[in-house]
Amino acid sequence: MSIVTVQLGQCGNQVGQELFEVISNDANDTQRKVYSECSSERFFNETANRELVARSVLIDMEPKVISQSIAKTGKSGKWRYGDRSHFSQKQGSGNNWANGYCVHGPRHEEVVMDIVRREVEHCDCLAGIVAMMSVAGGTGSGVGTYVTQCLRDTYPNSFILNHLTWPYGTGEVIVQNYNSVLTLSHLYQLSDAILVHENDTVHKICAQLMNIKHISFRDVNKVIAHQLGSVLQPALTGDSHGIYNRNPIGELMSSLVCHPEYKLLSVCNIPQVSSSSMAYSMFTWPGLLKHLRQMLIANSKMEEGIDWQVRAPSFQPEGTERTGSHRRPGFNTSLANLLILRGKDVNDAEISGFQHPSLYTPWLPADEAFSMWKTPVPFNKYEKSAILVSNSQTLLRPLDNMVGKAWNMFASRAYIHQYTKFGISEEDFLDSFTSLEQVISSYSQL
Amino acid sequence: MLAKVVLPRWLMSEAYQWEYHYLKLEELANVYMGQLVSQFSMTDYPLSFHGLCSAVGQCGNQVGCRFWDLALREHSHVNKKGIYDEALSSFFRNVDSRRSVGGSCDITGGRIQSLKARAVLVDMEEGVVNEILQGPLRELFDTTQLITDVSGSGNNWAVGHWTYGSAYREQIVDQLRRAAEHCDCLQCFFLIHSMGGGTGSGLGTCVLKLLEEEFPEVCRIVTSVYPSAEDDVVTSPYNSVLAMRELTEHADCVLPVENQSLVDIVNKIKHMSHSGKPGSVIKKDSAIISGQGGVSGAEKPFDAMNNIIANLLLNITSSARFEGSLNMDLNEIAMNLVPFPRLHYLVPSLTPLYTLADVNIPTRRLDQMFTDAFSKDHQLIRADPKHSLYLACALMVRGNVQVSDLRRNIERLKPMLPFVSWNQEGWKTGLCSVPPVGHSHSLLALANNTCVKSTFMELRDRFTKLYRKKVHPNLQSQQSKTLLQNKCLRSRRLRVKRQQKDPFLFHSGQ
Repeated sequence: MSIVTVQLGQCGNQVGQELFEVISNDANDTQRKVYSECSSERFFNETANRELVARSVLIDMEPKVISQSIAKTGKSGKWRYGDRSHFSQKQGSGNNWANGYCVHGPRHEEVVMDIVRREVEHCDCLAGIVAMMSVAGGTGSGVGTYVTQCLRDTYPNSFILNHLTWPYGTGEVIVQNYNSVLTLSHLYQLSDAILVHENDTVHKICAQLMNIKHISFRDVNKVIAHQLGSVLQPALTGDSHGIYNRNPIGELMSSLVCHPEYKLLSVCNIPQVSSSSMAYSMFTWPGLLKHLRQMLIANSKMEEGIDWQVRAPSFQPEGTERTGSHRRPGFNTSLANLLILRGKDVNDAEISGFQHPSLYTPWLPADEAFSMWKTPVPFNKYEKSAILVSNSQTLLRPLDNMVGKAWNMFASRAYIHQYTKFGISEEDFLDSFTSLEQVISSYSQL
Repeated sequence: MLAKVVLPRWLMSEAYQWEYHYLKLEELANVYMGQLVSQFSMTDYPLSFHGLCSAVGQCGNQVGCRFWDLALREHSHVNKKGIYDEALSSFFRNVDSRRSVGGSCDITGGRIQSLKARAVLVDMEEGVVNEILQGPLRELFDTTQLITDVSGSGNNWAVGHWTYGSAYREQIVDQLRRAAEHCDCLQCFFLIHSMGGGTGSGLGTCVLKLLEEEFPEVCRIVTSVYPSAEDDVVTSPYNSVLAMRELTEHADCVLPVENQSLVDIVNKIKHMSHSGKPGSVIKKDSAIISGQGGVSGAEKPFDAMNNIIANLLLNITSSARFEGSLNMDLNEIAMNLVPFPRLHYLVPSLTPLYTLADVNIPTRRLDQMFTDAFSKDHQLIRADPKHSLYLACALMVRGNVQVSDLRRNIERLKPMLPFVSWNQEGWKTGLCSVPPVGHSHSLLALANNTCVKSTFMELRDRFTKLYRKKVHPNLQSQQSKTLLQNKCLRSRRLRVKRQQKDPFLFHSGQ
């Protein structure tokens, strides 16, 4: 089954390209034929000339990024983008969500959906659609939201996973908080699940774990692509009975998104080291899993600087009501977790630490809340890697900050005239704020 | 495989030697309309996004000349093969000169044949335009792009705005439309003018109004040169104040530039290069005031100052023309830096001013560049931003600079810069990979800061002094109307200034 990726805006396109790079390298690298074939089938379309064409649609309102991507991949020789799988305009969206959503989206709806349709028709069987975008700008956020809406209307029974890149807290775009709030509130209704990467977090990973001195966006994108790739590459799941899962996105959704109010997912990947130190590093499953578990409950995204003081609440005997009052501060409660193990001796890994009910919210039994996928095939040159996709309170604080800042700006009505001139009213803003407050409150009460 | 590429002469700048005779002219109105076209295209022919550039006034004319010259220099630096690429198409059309003028067909893609600036020249005196037509840049313009008159505006805003404005309205609109048709995608208008003269400020602001009427959706960015206190034009405060009102109403973004700041920067660089200190030799072509390597040969008196403004425009449009890891185009600038419609005065500041020639001296640390951008010495108006409130700030970085450098410097500078309460992290950033000629990296900062208030207050004081003495009010035609306008104008400017200071109080109903 195949996944179609829709890359939107500068960020979506840049990250998307790195993602396909990672996937193609990983698939070529490995000795395992079945894995490679499954991965290729999932992400690439093999043409008559044995070329790998990515199952991807590239959309942007200005042409520079797309043309660069296409040129670069054309040269690499390993895979390329389809000749007619892209759409760009000349004007850009000016970092304005309203411009993207109300003007560019509807204007180009037909052409864009046409390209998507063609790409979907190339798939024997559609596993789902992954839309990649940032929330700070105008195209990724505005046009992205509109396109997601069209996808939902056109493919009501398909799974749609939105991958969002959240901007640095200290400003890449001044109106990024407005754009983010509007995007998230709309996507919450349209999307099946929202997988988030924050630039701040990834930046720290690059700086501290990978020891990159001058971090460029390319480095950031590579880390994001690595983490996303590790989630989407083939794995053996509980349902797949010994062959690689055919329905990765569907299974992801069913494991993690059991309630429509809780759709925000985050990814943790361990280990992450610089390529120079990889040769000298030895990892064991117990070590990796212990760190990963603590990263989950202490809400840390990296192996360094984990707060080991945070402990799970003590176990309550069966039958007693578990209340929130006994939760320790700083403890990250999960709704559901998905653990993916890739690499050597994966069957020896001891994962019971993740199945403990104290990690999870009381109203979902722990055995429903936890799932695991595994594969003996190592991912992207890491001999062993453990990935945790989690639906938990991790994103609560960043979301709260973002909404807070947006509200602060909205209270003085700054920049609102830029949005109203394209058709977004103050009511729309208020609606968005309300729905996000609802999400925040739901997550706080986990 | 490829035939030897013969570049048009203006791209072979070093070999190009021209006499450029400069006449200092009293009243000049010169309206440039240039369309900026940029962006790579997906298909075979360059689809371009276009911006329109207008320069008005003697200043504007001179700046315009420097602008085209330096634009050619920048593109020839990057474009070694003589191919008419998308970046070049941002400023120039490629036409087949063998065809008749007027029927000049745009050739897209392929070799450069004959470049035409996307510009319309309007001159209320023929002198300057004629000079251009005889100078090295003459082939950039064809006769359909010109509108001229003979008598000038006599340093009178009203003559420029009302008299010539109404007389030439149709012609101007016609030329604008024609120029716009040559654009695949018109993204923005640039207007460069001076505020002190008659045509620059009067006819220029009339053109601004026309742009708004004819092309309401296209962004209008205005570069206005404010006169210094010692300006030799007596009526410059009147002209400036009257023009200000138009700018506040009709422009999307204004970049005010003060003559005095330009003078200070020029002096600073000259002082540096003549100081004789070891290691203080400035690398050729790298000073922001330098026009070396351009088409025109000898430097004219105001060239150094005008090169600074030309560089400002090149830097603002760099991310729209060239690639980068975080693109920032002109619409984004207007979107992010203008929180309320009338508060659209952005203080520009450019670094570095020059690169040292001695490679043994380490290039000034990157961080120094960021610090400099927020110092008064590099600003193009003489106000102190650190003691006023920032409403928003944009950083456009060119060259080999990564996002971590950007983040580190923002973190470092933030505590020293007072931002308004509802926009504590009001930074807009852009990274363009292509540096300007002669530098490895550069930074343009555009700040929407309430310090512009002091510039406006000075202007108002000069106006008041003149007005109190009843100096020359009769020179303003349509007197009563104008005088009333003056009054409204003064109170409005006061409101704008107060609004800058306390945006909170004024957001509604103003």
